[in-house]
Amino acid sequence: MTDLLERPAAAEHPEPAEQHGPTGLLKWLTTTDHKVIGLSYTITSVMMLVIGGALAELIRAQLTSPNNTLVSFAQYNELFTMHGSVMIYLFAGPFAFGGLANIIVPIQIGAPDMAFPRLNALSYWLYLTGSITMLLGFFTAGGAANFGWVAYAPLSNSLNTPGAGADLWIGGLLLTGFSAIFTGVNLVATIFYLRAPGMTMFRMPIFTWNLLVTAILILLAFPVLTAGLIMLYADRHFGTHIFSVAGGGVPVLWQHIFWFWGHPEVYILALPFFGMATEIFATFSKKPVFGYKGMVFATITIAALSLGVWAHHMFTTGVVLLPFFSIMSLLIAVPTGIKIFNWIGTMWRGQLWFSTAMLMAIGFLVTFLIGGLTGIYLASPPLDFFTHDTYFVVAHFHSVVMALVLAGMGGLYYWGPKVTGYMLNERIGKAQFWFLFIGTQVFTLPMYALGLDGMPRRMAVYPHDPQWKALNDVASLGALLIGLSTVLFVVNLVVSWKKYPAGDNPWDAQTLEWFTTSPPPHHNFYRLPAIRSERPTWDYNHPEHRALGHGTREESH
Amino acid sequence: MPSFGAKPGDTTSSRSVFHLWQGFSIGAVVIGALVLALLGYAVLRYRARGEAIPAQTQYHIPLELAYTIVPILIVFGLFAATLVVENREVANPPTKVTINVNAFQWGWKFSYPGSSAVVVGQTTQDPVMVMPVNTDVHINLTSTDVVHGFYVKAFNFSRYALPGVVNQFTFRALNTGTFFGQCTQLCGLYHSLMFFKVKVVTDAQYQSWLASFSGNTSAAYSSSNALSQQLSTGVATKQTLSSGAK
Repeated sequence: MTDLLERPAAAEHPEPAEQHGPTGLLKWLTTTDHKVIGLSYTITSVMMLVIGGALAELIRAQLTSPNNTLVSFAQYNELFTMHGSVMIYLFAGPFAFGGLANIIVPIQIGAPDMAFPRLNALSYWLYLTGSITMLLGFFTAGGAANFGWVAYAPLSNSLNTPGAGADLWIGGLLLTGFSAIFTGVNLVATIFYLRAPGMTMFRMPIFTWNLLVTAILILLAFPVLTAGLIMLYADRHFGTHIFSVAGGGVPVLWQHIFWFWGHPEVYILALPFFGMATEIFATFSKKPVFGYKGMVFATITIAALSLGVWAHHMFTTGVVLLPFFSIMSLLIAVPTGIKIFNWIGTMWRGQLWFSTAMLMAIGFLVTFLIGGLTGIYLASPPLDFFTHDTYFVVAHFHSVVMALVLAGMGGLYYWGPKVTGYMLNERIGKAQFWFLFIGTQVFTLPMYALGLDGMPRRMAVYPHDPQWKALNDVASLGALLIGLSTVLFVVNLVVSWKKYPAGDNPWDAQTLEWFTTSPPPHHNFYRLPAIRSERPTWDYNHPEHRALGHGTREESH
Repeated sequence: MPSFGAKPGDTTSSRSVFHLWQGFSIGAVVIGALVLALLGYAVLRYRARGEAIPAQTQYHIPLELAYTIVPILIVFGLFAATLVVENREVANPPTKVTINVNAFQWGWKFSYPGSSAVVVGQTTQDPVMVMPVNTDVHINLTSTDVVHGFYVKAFNFSRYALPGVVNQFTFRALNTGTFFGQCTQLCGLYHSLMFFKVKVVTDAQYQSWLASFSGNTSAAYSSSNALSQQLSTGVATKQTLSSGAK
């Protein structure tokens, strides 16, 4: 019934007939290969993670005592503005949909490359120049942007925030925004048009599904941010009054525009990492993703709801319809809960292999659970009035984003061998996991207590209070542990450099990318297996262990 | 019932917010404990033993429906509780006392319509908003420059001060005392120093405080006034807040 191809061992693969294009530096500069571009994205975004992390360590150092003078008020405002901007705009998104997705999605669906390889290269170069543009603010006379990563009007106008740092921030964000839009176009086109024969929509791995939904969200949300940034720039330099009361404008309009992008952005960041964790749970449980179709519908539901919840960031403005945005926000807990139960269902009665990637994914699940549950409070306007702009909110979203960092690190340990052909050291990896996981909890949990005790965010100094100081010190210790975990990651890269050859499928993984060589050849595949489910590699390797539908039991062989 | 880290606070609204907080917390703790227990069990119980391949179960429709429908019911329960508290909190009943609060970089101005009482303070001098106890007090909040956040921790409440918008809300304080307030929305260089205090006094004290401004037409920080002098001394600390809360 099926014509399964014999798969030669890696060594027996025929060499490519010809070397494609240049090598060395010229290759990196001129490539249109999605794997090389994806790797450039990954390396650049991890560097941004390190820069953003360094800024965070400075913030935490300043807060170790109430009236610290390590940095000035002005410098502190720059620090948290650029920390947030670097992490959100330059690390999390580009790492997920520019880096890992760029590399993995085409291989997962059996495509030779992205649909528009040159557009893909343009995306990367826009991202790199945008990132440099934003960071150059530190070298201007007035310093980098200092109005918070949300740039609320009218604080962000030219009267309150003069100087080139703010303009470079806007310019950098415009460039990286276009880079995201182009990547979104590319992902949608690739997933719709370049799937291998047999790879129907409901045979796509969850990671690819999540990236499809992410890309659609990018196309809906990012143009709104771009428009808003152009309006902001016009207010600053062309004499318009879109966001200023004096000229008949409406300052709160900026918040609407920003969060209409900003809340979908939360899921643009999160969904790819959810996808990474899903793949990891399945592989290291030796089971299919539990509730695969429910998972897909949950992802689509999250995306749909995310377009109608932006004003939950604006409950305390007093100018939005509270019940509507409250119920929409609360409802997001439902599909998110489905995902959490599906992840546990995937592990249930599995054979769990606690590799570094799996530990990272479990760490993601625990941390995301904390961040998710505390998010439910913030969907309730009275509780939001109570906690808005305090450290409770800071703790909530740091639980969420640190969960994403855990999943992302899991993704690097999981797919790194596929991309490079070499494994990372598992012992150092596990040490890195414990530093990262424990550090994250030590860092976030005291901030919940600080927020409930009334400490507002974005304060360079705070009132003398022994309890506040103690909680801040513990949080800073957590940040230090997280920093050390990053050092361990870099050590691991050095120690493992071309040391442990990976083979094609070191994890006995299930999806299509594990069928090809590590690293995959130019255009990814020499041959494809029959694609009869979302895990063709597993079906090929374990034909007697197909996924069971509801109510079916394993047949005896 | 445990407080889950929050405090009941000193207004009628802060009390209902606190109870809502407790309700949400019970839900969060129960669901969180359930998920952690399931995860913990899976991690301990299903650690790989040998090379055996487990049953490739992928669907269990009744179970999946259960963890879709039950959360929807929980969400609507939380929403109903939210609506009850929210409608009470955002209601603006007619009041006898009104205070106009004006936020600016980097301080606060409290003025009392119908009287000449005005209190202004900046980063070097925390202004004090005086209000009577057990009385509905209507606040008109606005900003002259950028967005600020009017936050009184003991009232479990914050609201943006927006330029061009007058935000209105009502407090009914249950206890006298001095409470700590602060700007919570980033507003520029000295955002960290934009404090104020709320002094809740008896009605008699409030009336005599208002009366002390009569004849004084200039809008200025009135240090000639005995009570404001008493209020203006002493540094805003969280100790005064917590002692006021008790």
